[in-house]
Amino acid sequence: MGEPAKVSAERGASVEVKIPVTVDAGFHVNSNHPSEDYLIPLKLTWTSLGALEGGDVTYPPDKLEKYEFSEKPLSVFSGAFSLTASFKVAANAPAGPGMASGKLRYQACNSNTCFPPKTADVNVTYQVQ
Amino acid sequence: MSAFRFSAIMSTALALGLFAAGCGGPAEVKAATLKPEKDRKTAPDFALKDAEGKLVHLSDYRGKVVILDFWATWCGPCRIEIPWFMDLQRKNKDRGFEVLGVAMDDEGWEVVKPFVAELGVNYRVLIGDDLTAQMYGGVDALPTTFLIDKSGKVAAVHVGLASRKDIEDGVEQLLQAPATLASAGGAEPVVSLGAK
Repeated sequence: MGEPAKVSAERGASVEVKIPVTVDAGFHVNSNHPSEDYLIPLKLTWTSLGALEGGDVTYPPDKLEKYEFSEKPLSVFSGAFSLTASFKVAANAPAGPGMASGKLRYQACNSNTCFPPKTADVNVTYQVQ
Repeated sequence: MSAFRFSAIMSTALALGLFAAGCGGPAEVKAATLKPEKDRKTAPDFALKDAEGKLVHLSDYRGKVVILDFWATWCGPCRIEIPWFMDLQRKNKDRGFEVLGVAMDDEGWEVVKPFVAELGVNYRVLIGDDLTAQMYGGVDALPTTFLIDKSGKVAAVHVGLASRKDIEDGVEQLLQAPATLASAGGAEPVVSLGAK
């Protein structure tokens, strides 16, 4: 666990934030658009934007992988990948530090076992110049 | 207006598989054969509700061979096994055999009932809770399937997608085994043979 990156942006500026995610070897998580209705998608939801606006999330290209328990390939993420969130610094944002917070919900499996859905905290720190 | 990139670091490390795997579930046991009777432990009793709201205890099934299957609707491997259990229920329902499905979905019956109806599940399904999961070692990995003998003892545990043959062979062995005496509380009864 590391310290949140310190970033600076001017009022009105557009910023893209890369959010790195690593899934341990041997595991996968469902993509943001799973192949089956019953599967729980990976989804980042912002709970607090601070002085940022927007927050649209771009997910990486999925992988189609076949598992012992699926008749057809499933849309998953595995290994290291990044989500990209697009923000705009509010025109009236006060100068100084702030933080946007979100929740990343995911559900992981390996080749023959699945684990309950979990939620991880995502924090983006910023400095308005 | 300039666009630029920077990195954010999560307040928690997003090692997702690690999060999922490190939750203290039971050790993986792929039982190709049943445990010897002397090594079997009494399956913890529980009280969970079925779809009609009736309270069901595992001890209600003492004297029967039971498959206790922890599963969830979002679990792909669980969906593979459920039809196997339906077949076993159909073939063995008159031989002192029952399947109990314990659904671990947080949304409960809202998602479980439609699934059970769609698939035509022919055995009793219950909604699980944390207490029951803890009694069975956490049951964080799904599916987890317990084969319980006629004495109410755990004869085998399968974590993850099991071998259908292992499950079927295990059930058949347990059905053919004679029942051994055990009290409802799991303590062995004192039997004095030939006492005068």
